[in-house]
Amino acid sequence: MSNSLHGRLDDVQQDAGYDQHPPRMGFFTDTSVCIGCKACEVACKEWNDVPEDGMSLSGMSYDNTQALGASTWRHVAFVEKPLHPTTTDLGLPGMGAPGWDSHENGPASAAVTLPASEDQGAESGDSGVRWLMSSDVCKHCTHAACLDVCPTGSLFRTEYGTVVVQPDICNGCGYCVPACPYGVIDVRKEDGRAFKCTLCYDRLKTGDTPACAKACPTESIQYGELDELRARADKRVDELHEKGLDVARLYGRDPEDGVGGDGAFFLLLDEPEVYGLPPDPVVTTRDLGSIWAHVGAAAGALLAIGAASFVGRRR
Amino acid sequence: MAECHPVGFQWVMEAKRKGATIFHVDPRFTRTSAVSDIHVPIRAGTDIAFLGGLVNYVLSHELDFREYVVAYTNAATIIGEAFEDTEDLDGLFSGWDPESGQYDPETWQYAGAPKAPAAGQRDPAQPAGDRAGAEDASTGHDHEKTSHGAARSEAAGSGGPSVPHRGERDETLQHPRCVFQILKRHFARYTPEMVHEICGISREQFGQVADALTKNSNRERTSAFCYAVGWTHHSVGVQNIRTASILQLLLGNIGRPGGGIMALRGHASIQGSTDIPTLFNILPGYIPMPHAAQHDSLDDFVAADAGKVGFWGNMRSYTISLLKAYWGDAATVENDFCFDYLPRITGDHSTYSTVLGQIEGRVKGYFLVGENPAVGSSNGKMQRLGLANLDWLVVRDMAMIESATFWKDGAEIATGELATDEIGTEVFFLPAASHVEKAGSFTQTQRMLQWRTKAVEPPGDARSDLQFYYELGQRIRTKLAGSTDEMDRPLLDLTWDYPTEGPLGEPDGHAVLREINGTGPDGEPLSAYTELKDDGSTSCGCWIYCGVYADGVNQAARRKPHWEQNEVALEWGWVWPANRRILYNRASADPDGKPWSERKKYVWWEASADEGRGRWTGDDVPDFIADRPPDHVPADDATGPDAIGGRDPFVMQTDGKGWLFASAGLADGPLPTHYEPPESPVHNALYRQQNNPPRKSIDHRANPLNPSYSTVFPYVFTTYRLTEHHTAGAMSRTLSYLSELQPEMFCEISPRLARQRGLTNGGWATIVTSRTAIEARVLVTERLRSLRIGDQYVEQVGLPYHWGGTGLTTGDSANDLVNLTLDPNVFIQDKVGTCDIQPGRRPRGPELVSYVDAYRVRARDDDGREPENRSDA
Repeated sequence: MSNSLHGRLDDVQQDAGYDQHPPRMGFFTDTSVCIGCKACEVACKEWNDVPEDGMSLSGMSYDNTQALGASTWRHVAFVEKPLHPTTTDLGLPGMGAPGWDSHENGPASAAVTLPASEDQGAESGDSGVRWLMSSDVCKHCTHAACLDVCPTGSLFRTEYGTVVVQPDICNGCGYCVPACPYGVIDVRKEDGRAFKCTLCYDRLKTGDTPACAKACPTESIQYGELDELRARADKRVDELHEKGLDVARLYGRDPEDGVGGDGAFFLLLDEPEVYGLPPDPVVTTRDLGSIWAHVGAAAGALLAIGAASFVGRRR
Repeated sequence: MAECHPVGFQWVMEAKRKGATIFHVDPRFTRTSAVSDIHVPIRAGTDIAFLGGLVNYVLSHELDFREYVVAYTNAATIIGEAFEDTEDLDGLFSGWDPESGQYDPETWQYAGAPKAPAAGQRDPAQPAGDRAGAEDASTGHDHEKTSHGAARSEAAGSGGPSVPHRGERDETLQHPRCVFQILKRHFARYTPEMVHEICGISREQFGQVADALTKNSNRERTSAFCYAVGWTHHSVGVQNIRTASILQLLLGNIGRPGGGIMALRGHASIQGSTDIPTLFNILPGYIPMPHAAQHDSLDDFVAADAGKVGFWGNMRSYTISLLKAYWGDAATVENDFCFDYLPRITGDHSTYSTVLGQIEGRVKGYFLVGENPAVGSSNGKMQRLGLANLDWLVVRDMAMIESATFWKDGAEIATGELATDEIGTEVFFLPAASHVEKAGSFTQTQRMLQWRTKAVEPPGDARSDLQFYYELGQRIRTKLAGSTDEMDRPLLDLTWDYPTEGPLGEPDGHAVLREINGTGPDGEPLSAYTELKDDGSTSCGCWIYCGVYADGVNQAARRKPHWEQNEVALEWGWVWPANRRILYNRASADPDGKPWSERKKYVWWEASADEGRGRWTGDDVPDFIADRPPDHVPADDATGPDAIGGRDPFVMQTDGKGWLFASAGLADGPLPTHYEPPESPVHNALYRQQNNPPRKSIDHRANPLNPSYSTVFPYVFTTYRLTEHHTAGAMSRTLSYLSELQPEMFCEISPRLARQRGLTNGGWATIVTSRTAIEARVLVTERLRSLRIGDQYVEQVGLPYHWGGTGLTTGDSANDLVNLTLDPNVFIQDKVGTCDIQPGRRPRGPELVSYVDAYRVRARDDDGREPENRSDA
């Protein structure tokens, strides 16, 4: 058992100590066919008994879920992108800061420099806007920092290659929270423990499809053997490129990337940042080995200095 | 469709994956738009102009599927000389009677037609705005004229109204009075420029749609339209669909695989609730409800249909079989099969007329079953005023809905317009089982019945509707037992005996389905409606469903996966009629019976060397008489199915043709015409006639209209749904997992409108009409387009209609803003109106009333000279 911390790793289960294991399972989320119905969010909560996560209108397009968290294991992002961006800050949802800070009314605070009577979309004859939707989820990284830093062993690698928290072992230390390069795992405040997507470990055990993938009406969320999903995704990107959709790209598919590839990866239609995803995630424990080496060296040096000082004193 | 029917939309995505081009035409950019190839923003309520533009494009560029059009539609039929078009009469068709506010369709008839018995569907007792017509009709001056008041045009249902004559035809389509030429003239001014001026759609976009649609409609390819209430909920709702029908017929997209016009229904079994109707004017299988002034006897009732060409000609068999299903042995030849037991209608008893009847004290009791009109129906105030004036109200629902609590927390309680201690309505709330807590069938939009089994028993006192009505019937019959009053016979003679099952003693749905299917003289289930007899030997609860229990097997429960059969999948569920998946599929073959192309091969004629052995065959159940050869010419005096010619695919129409021109059956004209919604900021660019002439107005102080072109109400609003909620909210606002996804009522507006009115994203807005004002949080979004119309802009306010006063998420109801002006054919409301929008929350209490009153006064005094144009931002 090598327990490698970074780099390419073709058999993650074996690395975690499973000599006999089923194929690595994962999600391929094809956002080009996502219709934003949020059935995945609801199915996930229903199956996993995840509590309600707040009743507040975000003002950010149709995204009232806003982010993954301890009580949100699937999150559908809604990104509105005007096709004719202006320099105006209209407080549009999804374009960075929401642009409103108060529920009170008053004159629009944003400076408007757009010619007042013009509407570029109306002039241009197109619909003026793109609306990107993407169902985000735990990436089930090949190198999962959350797991690496967990002091209790609550987080563990399953025989399917997925990463799961065991709530009965979690002590709520929260080390995993900053360790995740995607900001996925979080601590439930009223409970104290950490929660995240389990890729429906219980359903996998009985040969079922995870709840979100099962509920997805358009097969945007696809569940299966990771190798097969990767091949399918490559084909899909080629298809879209042939149709002229050059913006299509895979995210988290590359086994050589900073986390050794994701067990849940995505087909995106824009830069990852647009969807709120880090462009180049790196497992936060990548340098753990060298950190320990440095720590060891430093400790050795300190010891040596200390020893030397005694030696010196004796002189 | 992705927004409201995400599960059905998976097939659109599948089609897209296979290379289909998806256009989405909608005032707002929705989740559907997001994955469509092109979104076409349109001004709400202008669909006829857009579709008419496409019709004109097809005709003026000669892109119609000519062989199909000549052979299968009434394009070649010649219309009588007296017909005058809207182009001749500035927005009116001939036959307009300004006094009654109705059309006499006499002049719309085929040339040479004898005076039509179905003509004269005017209802002098029911001028527009006179709701008393319902009662007056029974005093009946002219029986034929009462039809429209009772929505008889819809009652024609799957039979279509009668045209008594096949008509003269000119298959060169050159005769100036042939339908084809009339159509050309009628739509000639629906140019891309006109489409732009009316709809706000750019010429480029219109060109893209027109080009793609016509290139994809021919022998090799077909195109489909999907629609929902975006087309139907208008004062021209029926004509919206008619325009699409004309377009699809011209393109040869009806009766062929991949073609058609798909109605996306609002709930799981809305199709089923018209087949086995919850409507006032039809009986099961679209048999019209008898009219008090017209139908004294069964013979009177079926007379109009008896001589008809096509399968509707057997109406007597269908009706008698229905009467036998209702009254069993009590229904005999001697007593006219209990025809007298059937209730009669006397006029318009549709939802909104009933609400008015409640307010005026004529309607005393009301059942609400899975319906929440205090939130879900237009003009919420009228709904609540009506409910508050009942003697009793039964509400069966899964949650305590606003329609059951209006007496303590309705908007009118807060304003002082109603007071709890003055409301005498006795409300009975009865918890209902959900669809997973009862067995039964859903009929979806393809007319497919799919049986579902019960997953769990209903909790507590919740019971299925089936059980409720069965037991209600039993109790009423027990109370009436022994009665000698003639009036009680219909109830006492009913066949009302079903086996029960399970711990709750629920009636067995299979027994009901079997009764609906019908049985023969031996008591065994029938297998097809062609077996129904008019001698009382057969019984059938709904003739179009005959066959769903063929061979004693619940055919609706079939679940053979698609990979074990061809793509038509005849062994998945059951589709009426006769398990036929595509209606009028004779049209998928050419006049000689050969497929139009190998690619679109579906149903065809298989000739045989033996005379009379040829057969229609194919992937689907042929919608034609199985052995009628394509070259068959019926005898002149033939009636019923015998009169169907070999080239007449539209077997339910009396001339066997698809109707480009509807010479009967419509209250508002034989051809669709663009009229502005009852409230609009702009003038009708086509005619001086601003609105649909025979639209039905509801004249009540709680239903005042905003004046057209009012500068006080300069913006258009339209209502719609969100994926996260279901209709009036009883099934979603009560669930935290759904409520948290759309936790507050909001409105959507364009950035330009936000600037005009000083509205900020996330802030509050008050939206005002002459009915009332509501408040909503604001979403400023590019998805709501400022539409450029000529030299002005039209702004639209988008309003989801899911919210009300109870549940986990509450908010004002968009339907409180909607006025009641109804389509004259089916009495559906127009969901489009005009409004003002202002920053901030609405006034509370009585101040809300005075706030709205002040708007009304200003609107009345406003000269309304110029529509809102605006460069005033």
